[in-house]
Amino acid sequence: MEQLLQNLLLGFSVALTLQNLAYCFFGVFLGTMIGVLPGIGPLATMAMLLPLTYTLPPVSALIMLAGIYYGSDYGGSTTAILVNLPGEGSSVVTLLDGHPMAQQGRAGPALAMAAIGSFFAGCVGTLIIALVGPPLANIALKFGSPEYFSLMVMALVCASVVGTGSLLKSLAMVVAGLLIGIVGTDVTSGKSRFTFGVPELSDGVGIAVVAMGFFGLTEIVKNLGSKQITPTILQGKIKGLMPRWEDLKICFGPMLRGSSIGAIFGPLPGLGGTISAFTSYMAEKKLAKDPSRFGKGAIEGVAGPETANNACAQTTFVPMLTLGIPGSASMALMLGAMMIHGITPGPQVMTARPDLFWGLIASMWIGNLMLLMLNLPLIGIWVRLLQVPYRLLFPIIMTMMGIGIYSLNSSGTDVLLMAFFGFIGYILVKLGCSFPPLILAMVLGPLMEENLRRSMLLSDGDPTVFFTRPLSAGFMLATGILLLLFTRPALRKKRKEVLTEEG
Amino acid sequence: MQLKIKNPQDFWCGILFIVFGGLAIYLSRDYEMGSALRMGPGYFPTWLGGILMGFGVIIGSLAFRIEGEENQGLGLGEWAWRPWLVLTATLSLFAVLMEVEFGFVPSLIVLIIGCALAHKDVHWRETILLSLCVTAGAVAIFSYGLGMPYLLFWWSK
Repeated sequence: MEQLLQNLLLGFSVALTLQNLAYCFFGVFLGTMIGVLPGIGPLATMAMLLPLTYTLPPVSALIMLAGIYYGSDYGGSTTAILVNLPGEGSSVVTLLDGHPMAQQGRAGPALAMAAIGSFFAGCVGTLIIALVGPPLANIALKFGSPEYFSLMVMALVCASVVGTGSLLKSLAMVVAGLLIGIVGTDVTSGKSRFTFGVPELSDGVGIAVVAMGFFGLTEIVKNLGSKQITPTILQGKIKGLMPRWEDLKICFGPMLRGSSIGAIFGPLPGLGGTISAFTSYMAEKKLAKDPSRFGKGAIEGVAGPETANNACAQTTFVPMLTLGIPGSASMALMLGAMMIHGITPGPQVMTARPDLFWGLIASMWIGNLMLLMLNLPLIGIWVRLLQVPYRLLFPIIMTMMGIGIYSLNSSGTDVLLMAFFGFIGYILVKLGCSFPPLILAMVLGPLMEENLRRSMLLSDGDPTVFFTRPLSAGFMLATGILLLLFTRPALRKKRKEVLTEEG
Repeated sequence: MQLKIKNPQDFWCGILFIVFGGLAIYLSRDYEMGSALRMGPGYFPTWLGGILMGFGVIIGSLAFRIEGEENQGLGLGEWAWRPWLVLTATLSLFAVLMEVEFGFVPSLIVLIIGCALAHKDVHWRETILLSLCVTAGAVAIFSYGLGMPYLLFWWSK
């Protein structure tokens, strides 16, 4: 307990420096601003703003990037409440009751409740990471290469199983991602692989380049190609921002349940905020005295899912920080950023760089507090931002992407590569493939090869090593069960139902 | 029995993955394979290429058996040709212009106007105004604010 307090104290002493507070604020603010734009989810937002963090010191960079991450998540909810357009997956659930509330003139309380729920979840999430992190990292320190390899296989299969779209295609995307991850100089032999003689590729393809091509560029092409939906933006002034006392009382239970649901789903690889939010919504609807209110502006329908989503967003940091294995594409980006700053991810981060680990965790709590305070005064700006027509918006976004990628290495090659990935990305979208498994695999590619190589050395080239070491066998068994479960027709149908209902 | 593609989306997806996997194996031919015990640089990518081709074959062959959904949006008219090609081409052009030191300002103007052309209705006056404003903003933020050492015009070398 004393250790915990000491750790948190160290974290706050790092996060509360003027510099880090400022970067946390920038991150949250910019993240919300981009996240508000319809059709741009947290991933695209992070990819777009990632280059801004490259020149900062590592701790500040990660604090800012984390701010961007949950800021954009919150921005998506804002859009869902104010406009009948969900920004990304998880806000589809917020939209169900948030938008009706806005139509009844209660946009203020809906937004405030979303922020309060997020903050509540942020507190719970921070505590959970602080509690669960150190013991988990201790276990992970005992992992050998075979365990790591199996764990990565499990994470990748998990991400494919729960994602949208066909399981087979997602698994194929994982393999494609691993291949992209290989581009560059092989650590062991020093051989350049898949570089086509381009010197810029010898360090590998940047994760920002791929993510921005696949998520940013492809998303814009998709938006421009779809039939233009005219969003019905809320007219008139938003008044009565604060929720009533009764609202808070009603929402306490949903927030408590929501954060538990999110905290359980968050650390599991692949299970994102959408599923947490959806589960919470269903739970609240079942528990409500009058379920018919749901969908017509029930405040619990906003508070519960928003809390669950944010609790999940916070606790997804657990595997990334303690094991060095990201559970989602957003965390893969975080991990990529860590590596760019020369930090080797893994359980040793907590002991080698306690300032980074605890500073980041403390900053998340502060960032959520900032969201709560920013939310109310800034709503006016977001509404105005939403009124800018898309035909003016997208060239600006493209410019930001272009400059952002160019500024990474002052190289046109990176921009060309981004254009290339955008080009391929649209074909893949048309063929029904989804990108998060690929991004995850791309980051894990070199790690997987390294651990496979070491495992093979360890076992004299015997591949059964993954099944004879107990922990590794456990991971493999879990992976097998997952695959079996999800190839069963009944479950596959159910999965499809859930995912399509989520949008 | 007559073979009929029931799900064109899956069929082409399978083909694409077979091509990607084959490409990976082809490119890895020069890298030393090694053995499982001592994996050479070619070991991992060759295996991955093979697995990817395998997935491609399964996905592609299932397309003959399992019916796809009605409208998969694969018809030629349903591709967003204009934004797809215009945006990727403009971005590539921007990359080349920056590389040949055409200058930050003119390259940005080309980028913004080019991007605006991807939209189905182009308002010229608005677009030019937008390009000037955004360029001015970008120069202010990146060149003066963040001190990026970009050449502003080709003549300012």
